Amino acid sequence: MGRQPDARDVAPAVQRLRIHFAKRGRLRFTSHRDFQRVFERAIRRAEVPVAFSAGFSPHPKISYVGAASTGAASEAEYLEIAVTRVCDPAQVRSELDAALPTGFDVIEVLEARGGSLPDRIDTSHWQVTLNGVDPREAQVAVAAFLQAESIPVERVLKDGRRTLDARLPVVHLGVVGDLDATGCAILDMVVRHLTPAVRPDDVLAGLRQVSDLAPPLPPLVLRLAQGHLDEFGKLADPLAPDRDAAAGADPAVGIPATR
Amino acid sequence: MSVSKPVQYVGGELNSLVKDWAECDVRWCLMYPDAYEVGLPNQGVQILYEVLGELDGVLVERTYSVWPDLEALMREHGIPQFTVDAHRPVGAFDIFGVSFSTELGYTNMLNALDLAGIPTESANRTPEHPLVIAGGHAAFNPEPIADFIDAAVLGDGEQAVIAITHIVREWKREGSPGGRDEVLQRLARTGNIYVPRFYDVTYRSDGHIDAVAPNRAGIPARVSKHTLMDLDAWPYPKKPLVPLAETVHERFSVEIFRGCTRGCRFCQAGMITRPVRERSIDTIGAMVDAGLKASGFQEVGLLSLSSADHSEIGPLAKQLADRYEGTNTSLSLPSTRVDAFNVDLANEFSRNGRRSGLTFAPEGGSERMRKVINKMVTEEDLIRTVTTAYAQGWRRVKLYFMCGLPTETDDDVLQIADLARKVIQAGRTASGSRDIGCTVSIGGFVPKPHTPFQWAAQLDHATTDSRLLKLRDTIRTDRQYGKAIGFRYHDGKPGIVEGLLSRGDRRVGRIIKQVWLDGGRFDGWSEHFSFDRWMSAAAVALADQPVDVDWYTTRERDRSEVLPWDHLDSGLDKDWLWQDWQDSLSDVEVEDCRWTPCFDCGVCDTMGTDIQVGPTGRTLLPLTVV
Repeated sequence: MGRQPDARDVAPAVQRLRIHFAKRGRLRFTSHRDFQRVFERAIRRAEVPVAFSAGFSPHPKISYVGAASTGAASEAEYLEIAVTRVCDPAQVRSELDAALPTGFDVIEVLEARGGSLPDRIDTSHWQVTLNGVDPREAQVAVAAFLQAESIPVERVLKDGRRTLDARLPVVHLGVVGDLDATGCAILDMVVRHLTPAVRPDDVLAGLRQVSDLAPPLPPLVLRLAQGHLDEFGKLADPLAPDRDAAAGADPAVGIPATR
Repeated sequence: MSVSKPVQYVGGELNSLVKDWAECDVRWCLMYPDAYEVGLPNQGVQILYEVLGELDGVLVERTYSVWPDLEALMREHGIPQFTVDAHRPVGAFDIFGVSFSTELGYTNMLNALDLAGIPTESANRTPEHPLVIAGGHAAFNPEPIADFIDAAVLGDGEQAVIAITHIVREWKREGSPGGRDEVLQRLARTGNIYVPRFYDVTYRSDGHIDAVAPNRAGIPARVSKHTLMDLDAWPYPKKPLVPLAETVHERFSVEIFRGCTRGCRFCQAGMITRPVRERSIDTIGAMVDAGLKASGFQEVGLLSLSSADHSEIGPLAKQLADRYEGTNTSLSLPSTRVDAFNVDLANEFSRNGRRSGLTFAPEGGSERMRKVINKMVTEEDLIRTVTTAYAQGWRRVKLYFMCGLPTETDDDVLQIADLARKVIQAGRTASGSRDIGCTVSIGGFVPKPHTPFQWAAQLDHATTDSRLLKLRDTIRTDRQYGKAIGFRYHDGKPGIVEGLLSRGDRRVGRIIKQVWLDGGRFDGWSEHFSFDRWMSAAAVALADQPVDVDWYTTRERDRSEVLPWDHLDSGLDKDWLWQDWQDSLSDVEVEDCRWTPCFDCGVCDTMGTDIQVGPTGRTLLPLTVV
């Protein structure tokens, strides 16, 4: 017996499934790595026939797209899996949803009909709730933010401190809800994905910088949607092409993956 | 204002339980007194959690030690120690059960009690406070925490927690007559539950214990351990907890037997868990299947104190490997002895490809040392075993040793370097490759209660460290083999504190309290442990006593000494332990009673137990493969 494993019969991927899920409630405290482990185990419990990479240390073929950071809730998380047997997307949705803990909720599963999922996602729509802040106060800060050309903020990244421009990727920023309410301001923001990414926390750091807006309590961050920002300033649903194809074409059986 | 890894506090693990508070009349909070990532996988807590959770009217939740960042926020905002399951305050439960597999969790227990709003001293608690009950291996000498706990359970916990539940339920239904004393008396009368407040310890002027005696009627003079017989009837965990956060063991573990009669003289676990009770091959097979389905884990660990000793380990390994072939499920055997047969087992387990490293534990560097500790492994055994391993494609072998064993000299430890050289030599010959390695991992020996070495002097930390450095230098300066030998060691200071807590008496409790007051937490973590804090706390706490840290650690005891745990009965006959201690000093070995006649260690006679081993000759039922 040698060190290398015998030539492995790796079952080929015959279908790719795109999964839209939400991260809610206390599970917003999970990190992306936590979610990966939880998801891989749920795949096994639900007996979804996920494909594995070949080689010495096989990995399930799961591609994650732009995960929300630890502490943020999200209604719009996406990933793509490759499977070795053609599956009914609706059945995968219900089985995976049942296998995942409450809070990781599978909203929709569609067969990938070509195109690249990451290419359809370049912008996020966020809602940030600031408890202990009056909406009028927030509005003043937002106006100052939007007037600035650039707002350099500091963040600690893996490779040390970096200065990011918090203003640059912000397409829209506003205060929503009752402006005369007290003690709770809700921000609505549309932020393009850049590298390194500017997160809602960085926008808040920018608000603090331009007008000393300092929320007394931790902000509640929620991603409402992700997608491609079209020329009219709207976010396109990244799964729309797959959904349209599924509705128009034959049932999703036996169509080989395009990638 | 944020804490690191918040996911560890949110609960919501797969297979966790949240019952309705009002519909339950006995409520348990279980704690493993370490960080969540260490505590969550603990097998003991998971078993008791499930056993209790299955009982009607019983609520059970878990709590773990919070890191200092969260502790600071909790103290600032007045948030009490809470359970992860439903975030309820620990102080509201009926019973607070703390599992100690190591004594280094004692300060964490005090911190959790304090955060929970429960008085740290048992004597200051009122009927509204939970009963604080310790369990686990450290409970075989709970004297250092005698002032802080209300009771300790000796031995296997499955049936004990049920018995405690019944007693507490009965007492509550009667309207809690007689307060805490009454319910504790009822627990103490079972004979398996130790209630420190019902025993008085008297000391002689020289600091030695004079006597430990019950201070009221109806309390047994000695408390016996409880032994679970028939592991097949208790197939827990059935539904393992699957955490959201990353933890130290990410696998489904099944205990394939409990107890060990190899007779290694340093090993407290082997001494206090006798006799050997095997779980049968078909029960193990069914547990593995159900546990994987319920968890989605990718790895199965077959646990025990010496897993290759299961009477049907060969068929079990082969049949499990067959069953999971091609499913990306891996199998592991955490504790293995030096034996070529174990290489065959490891080959079977690594069929799916991962053939990284094998671990063996000769424990003693010289042949003489191994006779002293009764670890019957010859140099030829070891070389034959590693030769087989390297020949079959394994590239790294890890060897575990201890330093500071009784009668040890520098030379005994330096022989580890010779052994490692011979291992590399054999490996290069067997594999025809120079791309092989061996790692020597060595830690300080800590004498433990209820072992033949309970009388032994612990080696002081300075000598331990100097021996380890000599060994390191010998290995590093070896031109021919040095680069192929890795060396890992633990310095001697934490071992002295562990030794103090292991063989301490009630006076050591003052040191623990002082250390905690001085900020001591997470003593099992090198970045939090402070030897100086322990030593200065000991100087303060023992200032009016004729004893000091050395008296508890580096002092050899004589036969007549009353040991702090003498009133706690592990079943081992003290005369037999003494004889085994004397035998060790004259290099006399003792066999394993599973395949030789009984040598009268005393356990089966006094505990009414018997060895339960196979083979059953049964096979695993085939499973339908999806």
